[in-house]
Amino acid sequence: MSDLLIKGLLDTLTIVFMSTLFSFIGGFPLGVLLVIWKKEGIAPWVIGEKILGSLVNVIRSIPFIILMIALFPITRLIVGRGYGVNASIVALVIGAIPFVARLVESALEEVDDGLIKAAITMGATPWQIVTKVYLIESIPSLIRSVSLTMITLVGYAAMAGAVGGGGLGDIAIRYGLHRYQTDIMLITIVMMVILVQLIQNIFHFLAVSLDRRRITN
Amino acid sequence: MIKIDQLTKSFVFKDDRLVAINNVSATIQDGEFLGIIGSSGAGKSTLLRCLSLIEKPDQGTIWLDDVDLFKLKGKDLIRMRRQLGIVFQGYHLLEQRTVFDNIAFPLRLTHMKEEEITQRVDSLIQLVGLSGKSSSYPSQLSGGQKQRVAIARALTSEPTLLLCDEPTSALDVVTTKAILDLLKEIHRKTNVTVIIITHELSVVKSACDRMIVMNEGQFVEDGKVIDIFASPSHPMTKLLLSYQEGVL
Repeated sequence: MSDLLIKGLLDTLTIVFMSTLFSFIGGFPLGVLLVIWKKEGIAPWVIGEKILGSLVNVIRSIPFIILMIALFPITRLIVGRGYGVNASIVALVIGAIPFVARLVESALEEVDDGLIKAAITMGATPWQIVTKVYLIESIPSLIRSVSLTMITLVGYAAMAGAVGGGGLGDIAIRYGLHRYQTDIMLITIVMMVILVQLIQNIFHFLAVSLDRRRITN
Repeated sequence: MIKIDQLTKSFVFKDDRLVAINNVSATIQDGEFLGIIGSSGAGKSTLLRCLSLIEKPDQGTIWLDDVDLFKLKGKDLIRMRRQLGIVFQGYHLLEQRTVFDNIAFPLRLTHMKEEEITQRVDSLIQLVGLSGKSSSYPSQLSGGQKQRVAIARALTSEPTLLLCDEPTSALDVVTTKAILDLLKEIHRKTNVTVIIITHELSVVKSACDRMIVMNEGQFVEDGKVIDIFASPSHPMTKLLLSYQEGVL
C-alpha cells in the first residue's frame, strides 16, 4: 500500500511541477502581451489584446473536467494516449495557460505606471521595459503567482485523476471511493494538505525575502 | 538652445475640448536656470509631458538646437530621450533595485562598459551627497534622499537639459532647500540647462534666474526673476506674488 501511495505522490509531484513549468512557459508571454498591448500600454495593439483576452476568457470559462475530456483527441495526438501522467500534464497545461496569463497580467499591472513612463523618458525600448522594469519590479507578485498556480494545479491534478490521470487523486478515487478504503482516502487527503502547505510556505518565504520594499534599516 | 515654437495641445472629452497649452513660444538658452510657474490647470503638466517627449502637440513644436523634437522616430527618438534628464515629483525609483542600480539604470539601457558605469555612478553618488548609501534600497531612504537618487539618475546620461517636474512638492521646507541647493550646485558645476516646473513661488525665487508664468495655457509673463518680483505686469503674477508671504 505504501508503494502505491509513494508512486501516487511522485506522480502528483511530477504532474504539478511539469504542468506549472509548461503553463508558465506558455502563459507568461501571453500575460506580458496582455499588458503591453493595452491602449495605454507600451506597445499598444488593441485588437490583438481584445482577441487574446477573449480567448483567455473562453478557455477559463470551460469547467476543467469538461476541458480535459474535450482535449482527449489532442492529448492522444501529443503523448499517444488519453490517460496517465503525461496526458494529465498536457490537459493541465492547456487549462492553466490562460490562468497564468491573467495572473502575470495582474502582477505586472501592479507596477507603478509613473515608473513605466519614467523608463520611457529615459530611453528604454519596449523590450527593455519588459525585462528590466516590469519583470524585476514584480518579482514578489510573480513568485506568488507561481505558488497560486501550483496549488490550483494540485486540485486540478486530483480532478484529472477522476478520469484516469494518475497521481494521488486517481488513487483516492479508485481505492478510497470505489473500494471504500477510507484509510487510503484519508492518507491521500493528508498528503495533499501537506503538499499545499509546503508550496504555500516555501513560496511565501521566497516572495517576502526577495521583496526589497519591506526591508527595514 | 531650446525653442518652444507656437506649441498648442488640447484634449477632447466627449463634447468638450480643453485647450491645455495655447500657442506658447519661448527660447531657452544653454545654461539657463528657468522656472515655469502656474497654479493647477495652467497647463504646466502638459507642457512638461511635451518637453519630455511623451505627448505630441497638436500644433507647433519644440526645437533642441536644430532638431525638431516631434519629427523624431524610432531609434532617433530613443537616442534623444537619453539626452534628457527628468526628475519627477513622485521620484519613480525602481523599488527592487539598489541606489547604485537605480542611478546606473539609464546607462545600462545603452551598451556602456560596466567599469565606466561604476565610475560615473560613484561620482554622481558623491555629487548628490549619498555616499555610503549605494547599496541601500529606496524603501530605506527618506523623501529627500529618494529625490537625490532621482537627480543623480537624471544626470547619468550627461543631459543637455535637466527637466524637473515639481521636484520638491512632496518635501518639507528644510529638505526642499537642500534639494534646490543641490540643483543650483549641479547647475554651477555642469552648466546644464535646468527647467523647473512648479506651483511654488518660493522655489522659483530661491533657485531660478528666469521665470515664466503660465495661466490658462498661455505664457503670461516671461523675464528675470528679480525684475518680475519687482514689477509684475500680469494679474496672475500679481496674484501669485500676493500669496508670497504666506508661501514663504
